[in-house]
Amino acid sequence: MSNKIHVSTKVNGDAVEFLCDPRETLLDVLRDRLNLTGAKEGCGTGDCGACSVTVDGRLICSCLMLGAEAEGKEIGTIEGVAEGGELHPLQRKFIEHAALQCGVCTPGILVAAKNLLEKNPDPTEEQVRYWLAGNLCRCTGYDKIIRAVLDAAEEMRGAA
Amino acid sequence: MVEVNLWSGLRRFTDGELVVHVEADTVGKMLDALIAAHPDLAPVIEAGLSVAVDGEVITDAHHTPIRPDSEIFLLQQLKGG
Amino acid sequence: MALDEVKEIVESGENYDTDKEFKYVGTRPDRPDGLDKVTGRAKYGADHYVANMLHAAVLRAPHAHARIVSIDTSKAEAADGVKAVVIGTDLPEGLTGGDLHLQENTLARDKVYYDGHAVAAVAATSALAAKDAVKLIEVEYELLPHVIDVDAAMAEGAPVIREGEQGPTVPEGMHPNVVNYIEFGHGDLDAGFDAADLVMENTYKTEATHQGYIEPHACVGQLGDDGKGEMWVCTQGQWFIRKMCAAVLGLEASNLRVTPSEIGGGFGGKTTIFSEAISLALSRKAGGRPVKLVMTRSEVLRATGPTASTSMDVKIGMKNDGTMTAGKVVFRMQGGAWPDMAPTGMALNCAFASYDLPAVYHEGYDVLANRPKAAAYRAPGSPMAAFAVESLVDEMTRKLGLDPIEVRIKNGAKEGTKSSYGPTYKKIGLLECLEAAKAHPNLAEKLGPNQGRGVAAGFWFNHGGETSVSMSLGNDGTVTVSAGTPDIGGSRASVALMVAETLGIPYDHVRVNIVETGALGFNEPSHGSRATFATGKAAVEACNQAIGEMCRRAAKRWGIDEDAVEWKDGAVHPAGPNAGEFPPMTIKKIGQTMGRSGGPISGHHETTAGGVGESFGAHVVDVEVDPETGKTTILRYLVVQDAGRAIHPSYVEGQYQGGAAQGIGWALNEEYVYDDMGRLQNPIFLDYRVPVASDLPMIDTVIIEVPNPGHPYGVRGVGETGITPPLPAIANAIADATGRRLRHLPMTPAKVLKAIKNG
Repeated sequence: MSNKIHVSTKVNGDAVEFLCDPRETLLDVLRDRLNLTGAKEGCGTGDCGACSVTVDGRLICSCLMLGAEAEGKEIGTIEGVAEGGELHPLQRKFIEHAALQCGVCTPGILVAAKNLLEKNPDPTEEQVRYWLAGNLCRCTGYDKIIRAVLDAAEEMRGAA
Repeated sequence: MVEVNLWSGLRRFTDGELVVHVEADTVGKMLDALIAAHPDLAPVIEAGLSVAVDGEVITDAHHTPIRPDSEIFLLQQLKGG
Repeated sequence: MALDEVKEIVESGENYDTDKEFKYVGTRPDRPDGLDKVTGRAKYGADHYVANMLHAAVLRAPHAHARIVSIDTSKAEAADGVKAVVIGTDLPEGLTGGDLHLQENTLARDKVYYDGHAVAAVAATSALAAKDAVKLIEVEYELLPHVIDVDAAMAEGAPVIREGEQGPTVPEGMHPNVVNYIEFGHGDLDAGFDAADLVMENTYKTEATHQGYIEPHACVGQLGDDGKGEMWVCTQGQWFIRKMCAAVLGLEASNLRVTPSEIGGGFGGKTTIFSEAISLALSRKAGGRPVKLVMTRSEVLRATGPTASTSMDVKIGMKNDGTMTAGKVVFRMQGGAWPDMAPTGMALNCAFASYDLPAVYHEGYDVLANRPKAAAYRAPGSPMAAFAVESLVDEMTRKLGLDPIEVRIKNGAKEGTKSSYGPTYKKIGLLECLEAAKAHPNLAEKLGPNQGRGVAAGFWFNHGGETSVSMSLGNDGTVTVSAGTPDIGGSRASVALMVAETLGIPYDHVRVNIVETGALGFNEPSHGSRATFATGKAAVEACNQAIGEMCRRAAKRWGIDEDAVEWKDGAVHPAGPNAGEFPPMTIKKIGQTMGRSGGPISGHHETTAGGVGESFGAHVVDVEVDPETGKTTILRYLVVQDAGRAIHPSYVEGQYQGGAAQGIGWALNEEYVYDDMGRLQNPIFLDYRVPVASDLPMIDTVIIEVPNPGHPYGVRGVGETGITPPLPAIANAIADATGRRLRHLPMTPAKVLKAIKNG
């Protein structure tokens, strides 16, 4: 019970510190210790993508990384996608295209899609589908999600 | 009298009748009258079933009015996902 | 519509006039909960944290069928951080029927009936401590023979799963695992088959699938020694949770207050309880401390849902011109180890629902097997029935060289048809769907080698159900609606649109809240495609009640007769030139002054909603089958379905696309796989593979609107029908592409390849 690990890291640009059990995942830490419940646990085995976050800019399933491994890293979560109160174009387009029904996969999909558009601002439909193949959605059949991502990409290219 | 169509599995509780005539002006009274006429139907009716009146499945609304010429079917209880 | 007309319609139960122009209904505004859901703020089941909270973990049986000889919890109770342990015998005795079955499934008492059946649970100060403690519980089992397959379970010599559960309609001499028997039909079946030029019969099988919602079941329960408690829970129906937990724990229902979280998918699987009562039982034992219980994915797959597996015989007679003369089905379905969980009756009712047949006969068996207690899954029973019937209709259509859509139009059910399950249809939209499918550009696409096209129709009854809604006027003229059906796919938006339309106020002046069990009368869950239909209908009636009150207030203020005013565009107006000259009294003005005109203004409506309208659909799918691997790729997919009226078309399309995607998964990939010990072999998403984005194309939709006269805006309900046609449509497309007919789902690459190789 006493072998907690002290970790200093950055989440959405803010410095944070926490103590965690060596067995706790990054997802456990985000949710249970840092009160960031936007990332969801859909499977705990890295198959559903609902817990997607970025670590030093790389997209990962936070259920597959230990909290202790966050030491010195920069974590990005859904709570940091809207900057300064202004929604990211992806967030606006998801609402506009009705790209969510229950919404529980939405945070993970938005984090993953944002990461895609940072690497590839002009993806094809197929590229979006393969990039998001690790993010399960059981409600939508993905149609409106793919349209929302492509539309956001187009808007962002226009704005750039 | 109204004509009530049962599903065939219920025949064994109604002396082989598939269509039963009862005196009733609501679904609730119709079900009561069925039980009065054929007491062996009681467990099935009490376990819950759906009733279709004039083409509409009304599940369990006992106050639903029925007319002498209403088309009435008893159906297995419907549930949705 | 004038107020008295509305009242007259409501009282007389007559049909609504649905043939009019709308300002808000049919538009596509942003959903009210959109911002919360794209920012991660929306609170789902596992997102609730309260002071002094404990965490639960559940011990589950690793056996398909076993007697519990003993359970020793002493080591777990002594472990660090553990505050409570419960086992089945801690729950009250003496329950019967469905309540007993819920309790048995919550925590096994004497016997475990399936791999994953809960046997004990621990509450501790952390989730890790609870998980560690569960491993210290020692259970001694006496293994019993088990049975998994539905046909094996009803065969002579199969292990008896439960004694004394056989229903009164089961014919004598059947195996005790056959717990219900259903039989119905009409017309002269023999004459029907005699009149046919072609009679064919075949047997079809489908495997159990899971609803596969992405959010595992989660709750926080709190229960004191006084029997008063609270629960936060992800559910399709907070009153069902209250009713079922109260029954299982022997509580008074009104002493339990249940608040629904946002819900991360349900599809029928969250209309019942699984481990919710465990959190309450643990809480009571832990001195009333709140207990959070969150299932893992593996627990979800092993111990919740799934749907039935089936074995189905179909026989159909058809003339050379495609006229169908008779149909017969015999369905065998297992829904786990408890009776009445397989949707046998509904599957039978749906089997021939799309057809106008002179003679039909249905027979069904509800069978027990050592599998989890099945829960409802989107149009329960209908997808399996459609797979069997629509596959055979297609096979016969091909044999006779006929067009599959034309055959369905020729035999299609319409207004006035005596349905296969008995009642005569009112206004329905099947033929309109088939005609629209025929005209769709997808059908003009040329198919290449190894490609095929499949068509199927589908049906769901839809449901009204117990409903209670209230609305209240704010002092700025805006409106709050309290609804009891959790918003699972955009129903806040559709209800707000109908309220805006009824009151004649802007959409964003309406806020729809999904409320806890103390705030409204009883509501059934968001199931049966009923949320927009029934909650919408009740919300409209609640608004009409408030409109009546606002009209009375204005008439009084103006000193004229109540009948001399009317409600129009968000204001009370004098009804005509004779009523007097008064400027309209707006809802804003009425809200500002209501404290001086008689007090708060609200409306409410309670009903078991009638006027339900059936929804039919037709799907057309193009596939390509890789002859080397047997893998099926969906090239194009078209959903055409009658919505009655689409209140928010984007979310209607979403239901069509989502239903199709789930059906595609059921057809091609998804199944429960057991080893020879009856243990589930694929309880993670890696192995229970639901469709991912790269598996699917865009899913084209056409919304048909044949308004339902039983709803003020013509709504039928759209959630369920869409999962019904994909199973047979894809089987038919694979048959078209390969010349091989697959009659056992899922149509995995291995099965398709075998069919291609073996001929």
